[in-house]
Amino acid sequence: MEIDQNKLKNVRKAGLYSLIPGLGQFYNKQPFKGVIFIAIFLLFVFQMAIAGIPALTGFITLGTTPRVDHSLFLLIKGSLQIIVILLFFVFYFLNIYDARRVATIWNVKGKANTTAKAILKNAWDSGFPYLLTIPAYLAMTFVIIFPVLVTLFTAFTNYDFYHIPPFKLIDWVGLKNFLNIFSLSSYRETFTSVFSWTIIWTLCATTGQIVLGILTAIVANQDFIKGRRLFRIIFLLPWAIPAFITIMSFSNIFNDSIGAINTQVIPAINHLLFTDIPAISWKTDPFWTKVALIIIQTWLGFPYIFVMVTGVLQSIPGDLYEAARIDGANFWQKFWRITLPMILFATAPVLITQYTFNFNNFSIIYLFNNGGPGSVGSGAGSTDILISWIYKLTTGTSPQYAMAAAITLMISFIVIGVSLIAFKKTNAFGNEEMM
Amino acid sequence: MGEFMKSQKFARFCNRFFTYAFLLLLSLIIIYPLLITVSTAFREANIVSFQLDLHSNWTLDNFRELFTNTLYKNWYINTLIIAVATMVLQVVIVTLAGYTYSRYRFKGRKYSLVFFLIIQMVPTMAALTAFYVLANILNALDTYWFLTLLYVGGGIPMNTWLMKGYFDTVPRDLDESARIDGAGHLRVFWQIVLPLVKPMLAVQALWAFMGPFGDFLLAKFLLRTPEHLTVAVGLQQFISNPTDQKVTLFAAGAFLAALPICILFFFLQKNFVSGLTSGGTKG
Repeated sequence: MEIDQNKLKNVRKAGLYSLIPGLGQFYNKQPFKGVIFIAIFLLFVFQMAIAGIPALTGFITLGTTPRVDHSLFLLIKGSLQIIVILLFFVFYFLNIYDARRVATIWNVKGKANTTAKAILKNAWDSGFPYLLTIPAYLAMTFVIIFPVLVTLFTAFTNYDFYHIPPFKLIDWVGLKNFLNIFSLSSYRETFTSVFSWTIIWTLCATTGQIVLGILTAIVANQDFIKGRRLFRIIFLLPWAIPAFITIMSFSNIFNDSIGAINTQVIPAINHLLFTDIPAISWKTDPFWTKVALIIIQTWLGFPYIFVMVTGVLQSIPGDLYEAARIDGANFWQKFWRITLPMILFATAPVLITQYTFNFNNFSIIYLFNNGGPGSVGSGAGSTDILISWIYKLTTGTSPQYAMAAAITLMISFIVIGVSLIAFKKTNAFGNEEMM
Repeated sequence: MGEFMKSQKFARFCNRFFTYAFLLLLSLIIIYPLLITVSTAFREANIVSFQLDLHSNWTLDNFRELFTNTLYKNWYINTLIIAVATMVLQVVIVTLAGYTYSRYRFKGRKYSLVFFLIIQMVPTMAALTAFYVLANILNALDTYWFLTLLYVGGGIPMNTWLMKGYFDTVPRDLDESARIDGAGHLRVFWQIVLPLVKPMLAVQALWAFMGPFGDFLLAKFLLRTPEHLTVAVGLQQFISNPTDQKVTLFAAGAFLAALPICILFFFLQKNFVSGLTSGGTKG
């Protein structure tokens, strides 16, 4: 194929032209694209001049006159502006990339799409996947990314009940909140106490539900069992019923004075086994509240694991067990060498998310006993986990928004870090095809 | 030899005995607390203990009381509105995104998938203050559309992953041959692939629907007037006051809220077992 020398494009030049968006596209004889790109560019410049610059200044100062400037709104507007600017930068680099790419196409093929129709068709074809994910990204930007950004910024301010806009201004305080968690003894003690219970809670409750789930799946998967269907329905009940309903019911059932555990179950056990267990202070003794919470979460969470593991069990090829039997393996060897590795391999990502779920399992802590009984200082009750402590810090009578934001950031980093390591270690991302 | 047979038989008997003992005990542990709540719903309001009691008088008074003297009907309708809206929006968005990640190879695909995975670990709490301020600015405190939007957005990352996993199980040859026959993007998606993932669509719909029924945190935080509450927040009010606990009212309300969800759940459970094992695991 002969390439017309007149149509050769300088790739570097095209890219440089596009430092002003659109010009490179004109150079590439794509005026339709060029007009659109310039329009976007001008729109951004216009927006920056009208609203962007004031928003950024407001973001930096967080207001100068109390009652006139609302620091919080300034913070929010600033965050929005930062997202707008980031989006523009993405567009800007794509624009330069596009100019260089089209110039290369000219050089290699001797022609490129120049009409609006051809460009639109091309955009429809290669842009289709992006088009389909736009709603997801829009929703996530609004609901997750933007709020998280605001929380991130809040953690570096002094926003608390002494500084409620618009009557008072909020100020940037740098790392003070983070340092306070470790240097102020009251916060440090609460944080240590709440944090260690959070870890114990996460490990015990999640491991409990995983062990019970796997055990039940293996036991219930034996062929000789009659009424397997019925058992299966029963075992799914805790999952089928909305959790808040069962948690509130358990909150009544474990009630010290009127709850069924103390008025019915313990007497029944005493009667059957000739023991003499006294009534237990489920709601007033921190230790027993913790025990109750772990029991309830095991009850609530095991069906999910049970269902998943049952699926895995049914997919393990029978030959494996047959071969093991011929080699003389006993039941335990088969379990440890075949069944368990298969289960763990197949469900690792789900198991990891179960741990992160419980780390942030607000509703069970809040609804069972409101984080109580008693207090471990700084507004936290003795069974509060980090997440419910944060809730109390934000919604209490003397809210500590900035401190809550700082703690939130720290635990988010911990959770994400630990899970990423776990995902990597278990190779949950899998190979390229899986992704 | 005879001895061996005998011990074999004995081992088998033991296995069966303990298997059934385990299954029955676990069933008891699951059913007992549920039965307590259900039976309490039908008992007179002056009960002294929250326990299983099948002998005292049965009555429907709690349900009558619920619908005449409390706002339960409002709460229920509110929750239904939010749940249906969440369901429709979330299923559409998640299906589109899941399909894209399963079928197209495009720049940034891998990174955005990892991004989805990370972002679903961020606790809702991390955004609570921002939600509040945002609701204030948009004048959206105490409104349903804002809450719906939060539920939809929050559910996207995890469910996109699951949906993508399920789309992956539909052989790609199908859409490739359709494409050779001249079918466009939309036709392949709408007429070829989508009908094959109906089971997972049902599961996604159910989960999205259950979300608002089960959520307590956001609804409690953002809804203010008593008439605007959801079932979860409303029911909690019945038992949150230690000196005046209306446990029978609570039980009746809980029963009515759980029943339809439970029925839907078992109606669709076959679907989501396959949906979960193909999407949620890498087996």
